Amino acid sequence: MTKLINNATEAIADIVDGSVLMLGGFGLCGIPENCIDALVKKGVKNLTCISNNAGVDDFGIGLMLKNKQVKKMISSYVGENAEFERQLLSGELEVELIPQGTLATRCMAAGYGMPAIYTPAGVGTEVAEGKEVRNFNGKEYLLELAFEADFAIVKAWKGDKQGNLIYKDTARNFNPLMAMAAKITIAEVEELVEDGELDPNFIHTPGVYVHRIFEGVNYEKRIEQRTVTNKK
Amino acid sequence: MLVILLYIFTLFFLHFLIMALNKFQIAQRIAQELKDGYYVNLGIGIPTLVANYIPADINVVLQSENGLLGMGPFPIEGEESADLINAGKQTITTLPGSSIFDSAMSFGMIRSGKINLTVLGAMEVSENGDIANWKIPGKMVKGMGGAMDLVASAKNIIVAMMHTNPAGESKLLKKCTLPLTGTNCVKKIVTDLAVIEITKEGFKLLERAPGIMIEEIIAKTNASLIVDGIIPEMDL
Repeated sequence: MTKLINNATEAIADIVDGSVLMLGGFGLCGIPENCIDALVKKGVKNLTCISNNAGVDDFGIGLMLKNKQVKKMISSYVGENAEFERQLLSGELEVELIPQGTLATRCMAAGYGMPAIYTPAGVGTEVAEGKEVRNFNGKEYLLELAFEADFAIVKAWKGDKQGNLIYKDTARNFNPLMAMAAKITIAEVEELVEDGELDPNFIHTPGVYVHRIFEGVNYEKRIEQRTVTNKK
Repeated sequence: MLVILLYIFTLFFLHFLIMALNKFQIAQRIAQELKDGYYVNLGIGIPTLVANYIPADINVVLQSENGLLGMGPFPIEGEESADLINAGKQTITTLPGSSIFDSAMSFGMIRSGKINLTVLGAMEVSENGDIANWKIPGKMVKGMGGAMDLVASAKNIIVAMMHTNPAGESKLLKKCTLPLTGTNCVKKIVTDLAVIEITKEGFKLLERAPGIMIEEIIAKTNASLIVDGIIPEMDL
């Protein structure tokens, strides 16, 4: 059985209306561009998307929002997307804002086979509403559940046919965590290499977590805040 | 007529003599809190500027919560990479000795107290150290990002902000009115007017901006302010 598939359209073929998706990336850094495009083209609706951010108005998950494909967004920060804010304030879009570390760790828990974690983030705030609070060694913690997602869609720098993945720089972010956390993991990579070409010592995501892999095309890799200096 | 002219002239002159700090000077003052060997997380806005004033004789490692330790300056034009950004989504560089990790490990090191200092902005801070900086109900919903994790776990939290909001109202309050980011966590506040410590008894004035009178700081602080002895000017 091969994990290798041809393209994003094939990768997302069984994603249907109402699916719960995890999408890797931080801002526009390390997002699965090919699969997002394919999802927009397919037009599946009522999706629940777990992703740190919601893209920008005309790129990333922002494209799916514009297309009204997202029923619920689970994110930590959505400040760069005016359409998101509009849909949220008008009540069209359901949103669950959760602390970034909690988001990451709820993915991690799923990938490590743990049903829940305790974290101090959000104690005493509206994030704590309705959640179990437990005191350990004099400090309060919230019980947060591991995510349950149908698909994780991640983007890596290099991958092999076994599904082993390596990420580049800070494009790693949530990708390896989400890759571990869903029932089916789809990986799009910039460069697909033969088995054996990646040093086993430097694998970030072991292939066991990856179900489908393909080499993506036409990466735009848009920069949100281009900050540079002239100084040498 | 002459009196009026003199009055206007005096006001004009005083305006130059008595100056609240600008955002760069706030960053400069906060940089004085850094110590050799510190791992530091700088939030978006004024806190980011602190990186420009790290004393040359100490070693400070900057953490970016998307997953990087050892953040360097902005890249030289043409060398920027979409794959290498900080938590403010700005293109950056790595320094020799830096490391990259996933976001769970990033917050793992924050939660387990490995990061010595967190500097972040705020919309409101209360006299018991509560902070609000992520939401204005019905108006602004951007999300908390990593702020709630940082304030819940950091050992030392300094807030960098203007003393008053654009409407002229104090951002230092008896009790926050906006949804909280964290409780009992802020240790110090550096504003354009003052350095204020949060003690068990409330806000305590430590330093004032050059030329700023204690009376002005008291007037612009919407809570009790402990003023104990002579309050020195900031040394910038």
